[in-house]
Order: sequence, then structure tokens, then C-alpha cells
Amino acid sequence: MAEAIKIDSVPNYSDLPFYSKQRRMVLHNCGTIDPDSLEEYIANGGYEGLANAITKMTPAEVAAEVKKSGLRGRGGGGFPTGLKWEIAAKSVSDKKYIICNADEGDPGAFMDRSLLEGDPHAILEGMAIGAYAIGADEGYIYCRAEYPLAIARLKKAIAQAEEAGLLGKNIFGTNFSCTLHIKEGAGAFVCGEETALMASIEGRRGMPRPRPPFPAVKGLWDQPSNINNVETFANVSYILRVGADEYLKFGTEKSKGTKVFALTGKINNTGLAEVPMGITMREIIFDIGGGILDNRKFKAVQIGGPSGGCMPESLLDTSIDYDSLIAAGAMMGSGGLVVMDESTCMVDVAKFFLTFTQSESCGKCTPCREGTKRMLEILEKITDGKGEDGDIERLENLAQAIKNGALCALGQTAPNPVLSTLRYFRDEYEAHIKEKRCPAGACTNLLQYNITDACKGCGLCARNCPAKAISGELKSVHKIDQSKCIKCGVCMSKCPFKAIIRK
Amino acid sequence: MVIKTIEDLNAIKVAAQATIQERRNSQKQIIIGMGTCGIAAGAKAVWDAAEAAVKKLGVKDVVIWDTGCIGMCQKEPLLDVALPGQPRVTYGPVSPADVERIVAEHVVGGRVVSDLVVAKL
Repeated sequence: MAEAIKIDSVPNYSDLPFYSKQRRMVLHNCGTIDPDSLEEYIANGGYEGLANAITKMTPAEVAAEVKKSGLRGRGGGGFPTGLKWEIAAKSVSDKKYIICNADEGDPGAFMDRSLLEGDPHAILEGMAIGAYAIGADEGYIYCRAEYPLAIARLKKAIAQAEEAGLLGKNIFGTNFSCTLHIKEGAGAFVCGEETALMASIEGRRGMPRPRPPFPAVKGLWDQPSNINNVETFANVSYILRVGADEYLKFGTEKSKGTKVFALTGKINNTGLAEVPMGITMREIIFDIGGGILDNRKFKAVQIGGPSGGCMPESLLDTSIDYDSLIAAGAMMGSGGLVVMDESTCMVDVAKFFLTFTQSESCGKCTPCREGTKRMLEILEKITDGKGEDGDIERLENLAQAIKNGALCALGQTAPNPVLSTLRYFRDEYEAHIKEKRCPAGACTNLLQYNITDACKGCGLCARNCPAKAISGELKSVHKIDQSKCIKCGVCMSKCPFKAIIRK
Repeated sequence: MVIKTIEDLNAIKVAAQATIQERRNSQKQIIIGMGTCGIAAGAKAVWDAAEAAVKKLGVKDVVIWDTGCIGMCQKEPLLDVALPGQPRVTYGPVSPADVERIVAEHVVGGRVVSDLVVAKL
């Protein structure tokens, strides 16, 4: 049994490298309170932001406060939230809606799920504040059914808030009323697009429509509507509680506050980290994330999901803010970070994301439906060793056409993973096409196993080969029939003499 | 309770803080991270093991409750122990087989289990 140690010698959370550079404002309650308890949320200042907003401020003042805080949409695009509210507030209508986009679907992203599960009232409070600011009295949380725990917690939180009079009619004794509903989505990626999301709430097939009219003018059931994502609403609750001036203390000139990132991939500390804007990618990956697994070499980090891009080592010192990331050919996105090491093939990464967007394309517009399919075919050709001169140019042409012509953001940003890998890792594409070689050794169709003269002819490889591709006399050098080889690598792992090489 | 004014909200805040403080002062707490990430890593089995250990060892004045994700997915499942008047100590990754030892050593004995400890909050 291990030796007992004194509690004083146990490190504090704030001393751990994983936490020391974080600023947990939005995630403050996550992992520290009982998410099923309204009282615990209130004990930490919960619903004070809503109380401040509706009892002390006009709707215009609330929008102005959020505008002053510099908060930009945390779902991806980074549109200023206060400005968005002002536009929605200007629409004249008896009925308006506030909508929370909880359709988190990027591969490797789980920021919103953790917030919904760990601090559901923070989202409800932010929505009620937003409803007040734009003049809405009803709202929807659009959450994928794949998040059953988040939905259960939200349902419970809504019931508690209604019972306590924090949602419903005449909140805090004012004329302001707000009812919130949950709409469970079926998990289509395109339903994260605002017009498709609203179509899905209405019970129609989730497909985007051209804008204008923008949702602020004509949204859910043709009424003015305002959509923000989960993390944005959690930020709103915080801003109205502590005030914009306090919030402004963190971040850069044009990107204020913090951002929550999900760290995944070939990194030591996978997890959820909330960092001040302006931190560098190097700090996130090497200080908070603890560096690359197995001491391998860092190659790239994918940020922004299927709409984002890959940043190479030369950009690790880029400041994390909306504009620097766009300049680097990536985007903030919702906050998924997938870290890749030297064993990752960048063409294969681009193919992975294109496969995703291609299968999630709703099919409504031709550039996205057909264009992503053609791009994917070219990428498959390249990774199969059948790439030819002109493929890179064809990819670039298609990418531009899709960017310019697709109907919604899913299509317009779908080529980004290809464009950014072409920008920073063009040599890898060229090695695949010209030399039929995968520098990372990841594309199996470009690999070849060969037996060297170090072979003693023991026959172990031949006996273990599932494709019966190895032949040779006992005690003489064996040979691999390349036409039968399935590149599984079993022979190489079985050979006691290290006589089998892969290249 | 129906909250009609900021004063109502403040009253509930003060009462809730007192309840939390009372729990901190008088109860031994076992807190388990039960977000989807924790559950996927096996937190439900850890919860069951904690209930079983508390029963088996006859621990009195103990409460087991769950919380959301604190961010350290790498160390899930996470189990925290907070004794009256002491900081909350996080253990991870905790397997159901580890739980009885943590309950016996820390919850009952007041000694930190050094090989599983992560940090204190």
C-alpha cells in the first residue's frame, strides 16, 4: 500500500499545469456544484444577472451592456452578440423567439455538452436575459437527442426555474414573461445552421434556406428570432452578473473574455479547458495539454471542426482570437482542438473531414452536394496512390467554387480542411501524387512491406500472414507477393530478426 | 418557493450558502464526476462501489453526490472526498476496486491515498 501523505502536501488545482493557465469563468460551476440543484446555482450568484437585467435595466441597456462587453458568438462565426440582439430588438412584432443552438456536432467537440450537463441553469438564465433584450417571451433549446443526460438536466432545470418563478409569467414581479422549451434534434450536422435548425423545430426537414431575410427579421414560424449558442448564453449570464467592465479585463482588443476548448487527439491531457482569449496555441497544447503523447513530435492542430483548418508548428505562437485564427486559415469554430503528431497524414485528415461534411451535406444546393463529393473522390484517389498532375489544382478550383457558391456555412466552409492542409502541407500532397509515398506512413495503399537479407527463413511471417502473401523455402530469404499483401503489418510485428521493413 | 424580488433571490442565496456550509461542516462528502465523460469512463460503477463501501464500513454522517465535468477527462472517473473542515481532494482515475480503500483510508481514517490523488480544490 502506498505511503500516506499529509493533505497539505497535495497540490492545489491552481498549481496543476492543466489549470494554472485557465480562467474558469463560464465553467466555474462545472464539476463543483450539483447540477440538479437550483439552490447551489443560486448560492454561487445564479440568476443575479437576470435579476439585474430585468429589474434595473431596459432591454436596450441590456443589449448595450452585452455589446460593451465585446462578447462575440461562441458557436463559430464570432458575430458580436450585443449587436445581434440590437438588430433583433428592432424588428417589430407581437411574437419573437430566443433560440439556443445546442446542436454540437463537430468531431471531437464536447464543450456545450459539458456546460449543459454541469451547469444547465446558466444557459436558461442567459436565454431569459436574451429574450428580455430582444423582446421575446418564448424560446427553444435545440439539443441533439444524442445528449440524453444534457436533455434530462435541462428538463429538470426548466421545471425548477418555473416552480421558483424564474421562468414563466411576470418574472421578478415585472411584466416580463419567458417560457422555454426543449426540441430534441436527430443529430444532423446541418441542423447547427440557423435556418435549418429553425426548419427542424417547425417539424420540417432540416435544410437551410437563403438569407436574407435573416432570422432577426423572419425566423422561427416567420417571426423575428435570435439564435445564440450554449457557451454564448453562459457568457451572457456571467456578464450581467459581474458587469461588462469586469468581463472586459480578459481577452484581446477584439476578442474579449474566455473560450472553452475541448482538447483531444494525440495529447497527454485530454479534457476541457477555459482560457483567456489571446493565449497562444503553444500554451494550450504544451502547458495545459501537457504536450504530445509518447513524446512524439507535434505536427498540426485542427481547430474549428469540419469548417476550420489545420495550424502547423510555425503558427503555434499565434494568439487565440477570432481574427488571428481567420488570418491563419482556420477559425475559432465552437472550440474543438484535435492535436496531431508526426504519424498523422495531412491528406488523410483532409479526407476524414471531407468524408464527414460530404455525408452530412443536406443535398439542397449543387456546389455542396456535388462539389464535396468530387473533392472527396480526388482525395481518395490521391491516398490510394492514383493521384496525378493537376489534382491539387482541381481541388483548389472546386474549393473556391464551393466556397463562393454554397448556400449555407456548412458548404461554404467545407473546403477549409483541404485548403488549409494544402496551404501548410502541400509537400505531403505532392509526395502522394508524384512519389506515390505517404510521408507519415498512414495511407496503407501507399505502403510497401519488404523482406531484407536479414531474413533467416524461419517461416514465422508466412505462417502468420492472413493473406498468404509470403512464400519462401525454410532457411532462405522469404518474399512478399505485393499483389496479395493487405498491409496489415502482422509479418513485421512477428519477425524476430527485424528483417521486414515498411516504406 | 417563489421568487418575486431581488430580495427573495438574496434570501435563497444566503440560505443555500448556509446549507452548503452546514454540509461542509458536519458531513463527510464523496463527490463523483457524472458528466457523460465520467459515466463513459465508468463513474456509475464507481458510484455503486462508493455506496457499497460506505455500507460495508458502516460510515456515518456521509453524503454521496454527483457533479458535472471539471475538465480532466484524462483522469476520469474522478472521485472527490471532502471531510469537515478540510479541502476537497480529487482522486483519479478511480476504479471500483480502488473505492473501498479510499473510503477506508480517507473518509474513515482521514489519510490521503497518495497513489491515486490528483489535487485539492
